Amino acid sequence: MTVKLEARNISLSYGDPASGGNLLALSDINLQVREGEFVSIVGPSGCGKTTFLSVVDGLIRASAGQILVDGHVVTKPGRDRAVVFQDASLLPWRSVRRNVLYGLECAGITGRPAEERAAHFIDMVGLRGFEERYPYQLSGGMQQRVNLARALVMDPELLLMDEPFAALDAQTREMMQEELLQIWRASGKTVLFITHQIDEAIFLSDRVIVFSARPGRVKESVDITLDRPRSLKLKRDPRFHALEDRIWGLIQEDGGPPAR
Amino acid sequence: MTALIRLYRGHERLALGLLSMSLFLIAWQGLADGWWADALQRVSGQSVTLLRIKPIFLASPWRIATTAWQLYFVTGEMWRHLGLSAFEFSVAFVAALVVGMPAGLIAGRNRLLSYAADPLLTALSAMPQVALIPLVVLWMGTDVTARIFIIALLMLVPILINAHAAARTIDPRLLKLARSFGASERQVFRSIVLPSATPYLLAGTRFAIGRGMIGIVVGEIYGSSTGVGVMINQSGAQFQTARVFVGVLTIVVAGMALSELVRRIEKRCHVWRQPSLEQA
Ligand SMILES: Nc1ncnc2c1ncn2[C@@H]1O[C@H](COP(=O)(O)OP(=O)(O)OP(=O)(O)O)[C@@H](O)[C@H]1O
Ligand SMILES: [Mg+2]
Repeated sequence: MTVKLEARNISLSYGDPASGGNLLALSDINLQVREGEFVSIVGPSGCGKTTFLSVVDGLIRASAGQILVDGHVVTKPGRDRAVVFQDASLLPWRSVRRNVLYGLECAGITGRPAEERAAHFIDMVGLRGFEERYPYQLSGGMQQRVNLARALVMDPELLLMDEPFAALDAQTREMMQEELLQIWRASGKTVLFITHQIDEAIFLSDRVIVFSARPGRVKESVDITLDRPRSLKLKRDPRFHALEDRIWGLIQEDGGPPAR
Repeated sequence: MTALIRLYRGHERLALGLLSMSLFLIAWQGLADGWWADALQRVSGQSVTLLRIKPIFLASPWRIATTAWQLYFVTGEMWRHLGLSAFEFSVAFVAALVVGMPAGLIAGRNRLLSYAADPLLTALSAMPQVALIPLVVLWMGTDVTARIFIIALLMLVPILINAHAAARTIDPRLLKLARSFGASERQVFRSIVLPSATPYLLAGTRFAIGRGMIGIVVGEIYGSSTGVGVMINQSGAQFQTARVFVGVLTIVVAGMALSELVRRIEKRCHVWRQPSLEQA
């Protein structure tokens, strides 16, 4: 199987104006994600997950190492990738509809085709009827769903998701999980998914990568060989619980349980 | 009676505003016509000259109103002054906007330019620009161009400073988002910089209007014969206090109308904002 994404010896330190020194956020990360694979990253809060995702998107340049997508070195963001940001980052002066259209607009896609695609994904995340609302009129979870639709509408080959469901209630979250799996199965996208919820990571993924506490490092990569398609019943399966215990243990070994 | 109360309840804000305004005008009229002095004299038996103000010091509201009527609708002299001052103000306003907004935004968007511009802007905002008027007169004389220059100079500062601040306080997460979508510099400007700057730009504009009104008066201190500022200055020198007030009121009304216009624009631009407590 072809490799979609490869991180080679990625290290990154942030300048720290307070101390004048550097803060090492990522240390020598190596990992590969195959084409069409669904990979989750879990790890303690502040271990560098968001930072890593930004490096993969090309928003931050690593201090050392390389990101390769389809064998090409990433130097800046591209149409083949789209991010669902951890904080919804909606444009407050745009309605839901125009927020979802934003990425398409940047890519020069406008008019009927863009509107139809936007409408489809707004519908999919359950926001039909809210198209003309402004972000301040939405709940946190609804904002997060706009954020999700805005990335999906770009139809990227590599979907980078930073705790996209963290702000949702349990029912909506499970609905969105199943929806995401359906899109993933139908489209063959490669997904890199960050979450604090271990059960969510297991339920969705082919593989769960556990990061160590800061500086972020790949501590372990756990294959999830549970059959697909998966239904919510799976979450009560003993094998599911065994995986949960294992990953929980890995995270607890350093830095304690994930925050939140 | 209940109908009256209901009427009051419905327009509480207007009613209280009118009430305070009327009381103020009555008090003023009484000072100018000596009502209070007479009343006190009757009670205390002594004349209270302090409460009787001569018209060369302070015109009564009624005198001001009749003078305004004269100047506007009988001799029509006022229109000439107003016309020239409005022209000066408009040219200066446009010039200050066209120069100040782009310069401020561009300087604020560029880190190095911003560092370079910072001391200049700080100095500019600390400086009383009216102190430069003698210099401007020295360079440019006292004709219309010089007046426009002075008004524009006064208006430029708040526009420039607000535009600069606006460009520097853009949510970095939105800039990151735009970059992630591969937005071009122009797209970033149109979709992120401009909308987030708009509240600042409008606030700066509103502030600039007030300063421009000051500019009309101080810019027209010297020379010439036409202009609201000229009329105020000359009437003051000739103790024609009613004419001074007509000029001042003209400027007040113009300034309020323009501010209101900007406020309307602000309101329309801000449908996406969570209504603040006062409006809610
Ligand atoms: N822009 C920045 N400048 C300086 N330090 C930063 C910056 N962004 C993140 N950091 C630091 O880098 C480390 C990793 O942050 P990051 O946001 O990647 O963590 P995370 O794993 O996504 O955490 P969480 O699970 O809470 O979202 C943290 O210690 C944080 O303080
Ligand atoms: Mg994060």
